[in-house]
Amino acid sequence: MSPTRRDFIKATTSTAAALAVGHRLGLSAVAQTLPAPAADAAVIDLANEALNAARSAGASYADVRIGRYRRQSVATRERQVLGVTDAESYGLGVRTLVNGSWGFAATSVMTRAGAQAAALEAIVLSRAARAVQARRVELAPAKPVTGTWITPVTRDPLDVPLEDKIALLLAANEAALKVANVRFVNSSLALLREMKTLLTSEGTNVTQTMIRVGPSFSATAIAGGDFQSYDEELAPRGAGWEYVESLNLPGNAERWASLAAEKLTAKSVQAGQYDLILEPTNLWLTIHESIGHPTELDRAIGEEANYAGTSFVAPPEKVIGQLQYGPDIMNIQADRTQEGSLSRVAWDDEGVPADQWLIVEKGVFKDYQTTREQVARIQTLTGVTRSHGCSFAESWNAVQFQRMPNISLLPGDKDLSVNDIVAATERGILIRNRGSWSIDHQRYNFQFSGQAFYEVRNGKIAGMLRDVAYQSNTPVFWRSMDMIGGKSSYWMGGAFTDGKGEPSQNNSVSHGCVPARFRNVTILNTARSS
Amino acid sequence: MAQTPRPSIASSQLLTRDQAKALADRVLALSTADQTRVLIVSTWNGNTRFADARITTSGGVTDTTLTVTVAIGQRQASSSTNVLDEASLKRTVDLAMRLARLSPEDPELMPELGPQTYQSVNAYVESTADLDPEARASAVRRTMTAATTAGKPAGEIFTAGFLEANARATAVATSKGLFAYHRSTDVDYSVTARTPDGTGSGWARAGARDWNAIDAGSIGRIAAQKAVASRNPQTIEPGLYTAVLEPQAVNDLIPLLGNALAARSADEGRSPFSKPGGGNRIGEKVADERVTLYSDPADRGLLGAPFDVQGLPIGRMVWIEKGTLRNLAYTRFWAEKQGVRPTGGALAGGLALTGGTKSTEEIIAGCARGILVTHFFYIRSLDPRTVLQTGLTRDGTFLIENGKITRALKNFRWNESPLLMLNRLEDIGRPEPTEAGRLMPALRIRDFNFTSLSDAV
Repeated sequence: MSPTRRDFIKATTSTAAALAVGHRLGLSAVAQTLPAPAADAAVIDLANEALNAARSAGASYADVRIGRYRRQSVATRERQVLGVTDAESYGLGVRTLVNGSWGFAATSVMTRAGAQAAALEAIVLSRAARAVQARRVELAPAKPVTGTWITPVTRDPLDVPLEDKIALLLAANEAALKVANVRFVNSSLALLREMKTLLTSEGTNVTQTMIRVGPSFSATAIAGGDFQSYDEELAPRGAGWEYVESLNLPGNAERWASLAAEKLTAKSVQAGQYDLILEPTNLWLTIHESIGHPTELDRAIGEEANYAGTSFVAPPEKVIGQLQYGPDIMNIQADRTQEGSLSRVAWDDEGVPADQWLIVEKGVFKDYQTTREQVARIQTLTGVTRSHGCSFAESWNAVQFQRMPNISLLPGDKDLSVNDIVAATERGILIRNRGSWSIDHQRYNFQFSGQAFYEVRNGKIAGMLRDVAYQSNTPVFWRSMDMIGGKSSYWMGGAFTDGKGEPSQNNSVSHGCVPARFRNVTILNTARSS
Repeated sequence: MAQTPRPSIASSQLLTRDQAKALADRVLALSTADQTRVLIVSTWNGNTRFADARITTSGGVTDTTLTVTVAIGQRQASSSTNVLDEASLKRTVDLAMRLARLSPEDPELMPELGPQTYQSVNAYVESTADLDPEARASAVRRTMTAATTAGKPAGEIFTAGFLEANARATAVATSKGLFAYHRSTDVDYSVTARTPDGTGSGWARAGARDWNAIDAGSIGRIAAQKAVASRNPQTIEPGLYTAVLEPQAVNDLIPLLGNALAARSADEGRSPFSKPGGGNRIGEKVADERVTLYSDPADRGLLGAPFDVQGLPIGRMVWIEKGTLRNLAYTRFWAEKQGVRPTGGALAGGLALTGGTKSTEEIIAGCARGILVTHFFYIRSLDPRTVLQTGLTRDGTFLIENGKITRALKNFRWNESPLLMLNRLEDIGRPEPTEAGRLMPALRIRDFNFTSLSDAV
């Protein structure tokens, strides 16, 4: 059996120190949580039907996921509701391994016959895949697990009356429309409850209920033939209705909308080199794109080459323990146990317990994100013989594969705030919230924007800017980081829908971070008229 | 060991017209709302993914999703499910009605449509619907063999790719007697080839309604040839260069005009097609006079859907004719408000960019000095006022000198607008199929804005 995460942590004292910080990083725990439901007996019967059919037809390993997904969305503009939708999806997906090749089939015909047919179709796919098989799939060991789990929430958002949701959004819009020149406002809520049962031929039987909420708010101001928008960074979270209420949309919307109006008269940025101060509301996405994706092991070994791309963090034997990603104040932690985070689970989609580990320690690349079939590729380099539990499928109708866990920049030793960083900066630009983002297929060259930009001169905010984007190269950028905030400045953003794989699947993932300063970064002016 | 049966194949799984009609009628009968619409989407997907000489995943998925949209007075809501037993259908209709009652009145709500007449579009091809796992694995082998041969000059070529086939039946029914049914297939195959020294990468893609239109060997050969030719890329300073965009690169950019073509955004002053001071730019020149952009589901090269999710007929729409903006996309509400006919969304009936007759090779041959782009990656909007985008080149970027490809270049980031660039057109090729429902030509664009270098291969 592989060493546990704690065994691995104990092996390096500095890692343990960093993780001690990490443990404090979650949101405060939810006081009162709903009980975790168990699967219906009928669901377990169908899963066993598929497992038995797969085994009888020759599968050396099989797993069955039965999922029931309920998604609700409410979208508004100004004083009206654009749409209310409520969608339910229920079905079964079975994955089989025959002679070392995978097959996967899924059906919404939830009968014994439907479950059997799906299992047998997966076997046909496994057998067909042998036609192109340079090597066989081998799974790292995982101890069978049983149990139930639910995202800790006080109030399930799907149980909140629709009137309350609409009233909340329309109140926010009304507040925003008070601002001069603000003509358009959009606000919305995306709510998900995902109940998922996993049975494997090795004896795992777990049922989990994940609850996620994704609010949004955007205001557009128009004047003098020009228009400018401002999107507030309302982090989606693995949380309940209490989180949505805590954002106080009606109370904050006027202030957010006024930023759209202020952008109309902001100074267009002078392109050049500046010191860049990124608030956590902007930096989380830069972490996602320039650290999260390049440290996916499937990318590093070429399995995503035809779609999302490969990675500069490769090949594994040349980078693990060797690649200088950034300065020694840079510690990057992966964590599927973090309170309030989007990718929090108790077990992944292979039944592997949620893990927490360091991707970058004191600036040096240390380990990738892995699933069971990937462990053997790097275990002699990392000494880790277990999967880090990164297997995920967006639905019952999609095959599970390696997806990003929550990946976060740990706070610095000194408890600095963003104001301390501004005060220490002579000539710079401070950026809040995510804007446009784009990065190349090996994760070197990126260009990110934001929503609100401020000129920093002689340690002070000197006014608002517009048309700003920063462009850099990942290793150059991270190595230029020379100041980071402390634990009181930590904030967790996230992506509700992050695409990867073919067919493309969405994953939800959070990224916590502190404000940070990067030296001499290229700033572009994105206004162009011909 | 049990006998393994044949896999379930699309044609036997999709709802037929009669089955879809019967299901829609059951749901309409359950609703007591003032107006009800049912959308049924029945799908099959078969896919095979490979990398490093191994099929990494392959799947077969069938599903049928039903969405019911009800209106009570001016209050509307939707609910959907893929559980099609009587109890679930009733629950879904009841939920939609409950949500509608709770929703505020929507002043823009349009009444459901009654019976409509649609163009006949035959977009369902058996060869695609029958593309089983063995046939897909066999295509992957043909691709890899061709790539290995073409990649020989670089050593042992690495290939990764994805082949997927879809079959779909879509039905729309309303309580006012509308019933529409359409079946379609599509298949898409793309392959990336990389050289063992890590300095070269190539890519090729083909998409169609009909699997027989796709040559699996050719995709592997082109990807590998591009990989070999793109080795050891050299650096040239970023800046404004003439760019030759292959049809797949054009296919990455031109559909981004879809949102900008919305009439409402134009009339409300937040689109590149807004007229300063109010109104829109219909009738004005917005692109080079050789450029025509249209949608037409009945076009043999497009075979788009003949109706949208509301059952609105989708017909031929010429958006830009010889450089002049002729039409914008009107929703039913905005069309009524402005006194024009509704068109549905700009991309609903497929999209074709036309205006030339040359091949990509001829467009290259006419270029004194420029940069050839295979395709683009990670495109994101920078400024909706000009449709300005940023993105990167990928998998084969080359220098053209005196009409010939002379060197491999490092990839670039660029900041450019698919609309503004159509005003800097040097040449336009013949429209070629780039994916199901798209026809795009090669373009030669003056002063394309390459802004920085990327180390990515």
